[in-house]
Amino acid sequence: MEAFMTHDGLVAPLDRVNVDTDQIIPKQYLKSIKRTGFGDYLFDAWRFLDEGDIGMTPNERRINHEFALNQPAYQGASVLLARDNFGCGSSREHAVWALQEFGFRAVIAPSFADIFYGNCFKNGLLPIVLEENIVSDLFSRAATGLNLAIDLEAQTVRTADGDVYPFEIDPGLKTKMLTGMDDIAMTLAERNLIETFERGHRAAQPWLFLRGN
Amino acid sequence: MSGQTLYDKIWAAHLVGERQDGNSLLYIDLQLLHEVTSPQAFEGLTINKRPLWRVGANLATPDHNVPTDKRELGFDGITDTVALEQVLTLDKNCKAFGVEQFEILDPRQGIVHVVGPEQGATMPGMTIVCGDSHTSTHGAFAALAQGIGTSEVEHVMATQCLVQNKAKNFAVVVEGQLQPGVTAKDLILTIIGRLGTAGATGHTIEYQGSAIRALSMEGRMTLCNMSIEAGARAGLVAVDDTTIDYVRGRPFAPTGDLWDAAEAHWRTLVSDDDAVFDAELRLVADDVVPQVSWGTSPEMVTGVDSTVPDPASFDDPVQREGATHALEYMDLTPGTRIQDIKLDRIFIGSCTNARIEDMRAAAAMVKGRRVAANVKEALVVPGSGLVKQQAEDEGLAQVFIDAGFQWRAAGCSMCLAMNPDKLGPGEHCASTSNRNFEGRQGYASRTHLVSPATAAAAAIAGHFVDIREWL
Repeated sequence: MEAFMTHDGLVAPLDRVNVDTDQIIPKQYLKSIKRTGFGDYLFDAWRFLDEGDIGMTPNERRINHEFALNQPAYQGASVLLARDNFGCGSSREHAVWALQEFGFRAVIAPSFADIFYGNCFKNGLLPIVLEENIVSDLFSRAATGLNLAIDLEAQTVRTADGDVYPFEIDPGLKTKMLTGMDDIAMTLAERNLIETFERGHRAAQPWLFLRGN
Repeated sequence: MSGQTLYDKIWAAHLVGERQDGNSLLYIDLQLLHEVTSPQAFEGLTINKRPLWRVGANLATPDHNVPTDKRELGFDGITDTVALEQVLTLDKNCKAFGVEQFEILDPRQGIVHVVGPEQGATMPGMTIVCGDSHTSTHGAFAALAQGIGTSEVEHVMATQCLVQNKAKNFAVVVEGQLQPGVTAKDLILTIIGRLGTAGATGHTIEYQGSAIRALSMEGRMTLCNMSIEAGARAGLVAVDDTTIDYVRGRPFAPTGDLWDAAEAHWRTLVSDDDAVFDAELRLVADDVVPQVSWGTSPEMVTGVDSTVPDPASFDDPVQREGATHALEYMDLTPGTRIQDIKLDRIFIGSCTNARIEDMRAAAAMVKGRRVAANVKEALVVPGSGLVKQQAEDEGLAQVFIDAGFQWRAAGCSMCLAMNPDKLGPGEHCASTSNRNFEGRQGYASRTHLVSPATAAAAAIAGHFVDIREWL
């Protein structure tokens, strides 16, 4: 996983509440067995005016120029500004892969859905929770071009004007992001603990082990 | 010290350890696998030369993009080559890693969340995960069941554990009695309407009260299934006789002395009387009416006897904007009677409502009637091959066929339209599924979430009807 320490980037606003993962990456693209190739289809039904399918490239699509991510001012944006409950719905991690591949390194919102939030930390996409009034303020400033400097170690988001917004983050998740360490390797380092637990669990509830080892 | 909730008890019984950083390591008893969210996880194991921690803790079946017609053709019936590759990849991975799979032609194949309980693979007190947000379904058995992302799928494959922080406890208490024609689906849609789609984020919901105790296991599964639509990763119902009676005799359930020991343990899977919940919602079951969603989020629901709301009636500007946008997408006007909404297609199926009880409720509305002329297609997709067989044995399939419905083979089908079953642009569908998101059932599709009985009656009438008037 790519580590996340600091990031300085342009903000793209997505002014909608309850953006679900079906919108972030529609189902037809989930047929892929790979972890890559989703960036071209991010927010597919909003970015394009035609129905997309796996294998199509953006230059053969009809662009929706109204949609924020297609507007010239937000080209090259790497910080997505969103509303409440971003990433709700399906557990598809493809949503995170698509956001990253499109070029986003962080998403700022007043709240996130649980599964999406967890999936971000498996991939190095930083979800940042800021209070609703701050997010609203950032939305009004994003219209004229807003750059934000994110410092994960310091847990701050800073504007070019010098405004600084601190954010909260679980210490375990923070460490994981800063180091980019492999979750599985970390857990396997606790192999003895798991094996000990498993022996006790098997003794206590043997019916859970009927389908074999 | 106050007592423990059901969630606290299952959590404690699976806690492997707590890390310095506050995260916990939770042992997972069962992982359900399907073709869409597992290939990248298997690939990760292969690349890193890691084995499955415990092969017997996994169970797989293809469900998301299998076609529901011409099932007898097996793999050859999958005309979409990309979908075929995905289904074949699951098959190949299961064989390579030794995972038990109900493959495409197995009569036990079906939607993972129908198959697990049906086989008795889902047992009370378990921790269950699957790369699918509707894993919450299994909470009906007092199992802590959660949807996870693909990286977590790989993590559980390799370590049999999930790294998690404990959620808060949310009690949804429903006392009283659901009225005739009002189902578990109407109840959960009412609850989501009250809580909002993020109302239970960060919580595990436990459904309690006399109305919940009165529900069948099928009804409880419908309820827990849509917990995620209120933001909760998991929903739970405590163990009682209904739970025990359902599990007894299933293929993977314990027998003999082991059954007795298991049952004794399972009976303890209830919240203590003095358990404290972080949040609570109380509802009177008698007040619940058949529900129909009008918008593009499951919280956008109302009674079938009501009208499409006016966005101006929402106080919060962001909600108002959301409702305006949703009505535009749905091509609905405020004040329109719900019963005046005309329907193009009907879908009875999905992990929410494709069990035998759902088939029976829908068939009861359909018997001796015909699908309305304006309905282009009415699909019934049973949740598993075994549900299909049972419905055929009970004569339900013939009722549907005689009325002009299509009777299909098991799969997720038009719930998310990954397979060929989908709505055309702009079409309205009465659907027993769980999500009315934009484009969920096909490009520019318009979904109305309802119960199986309401969907079936809508197929006959061609528009929504209050089925309480049909009883």
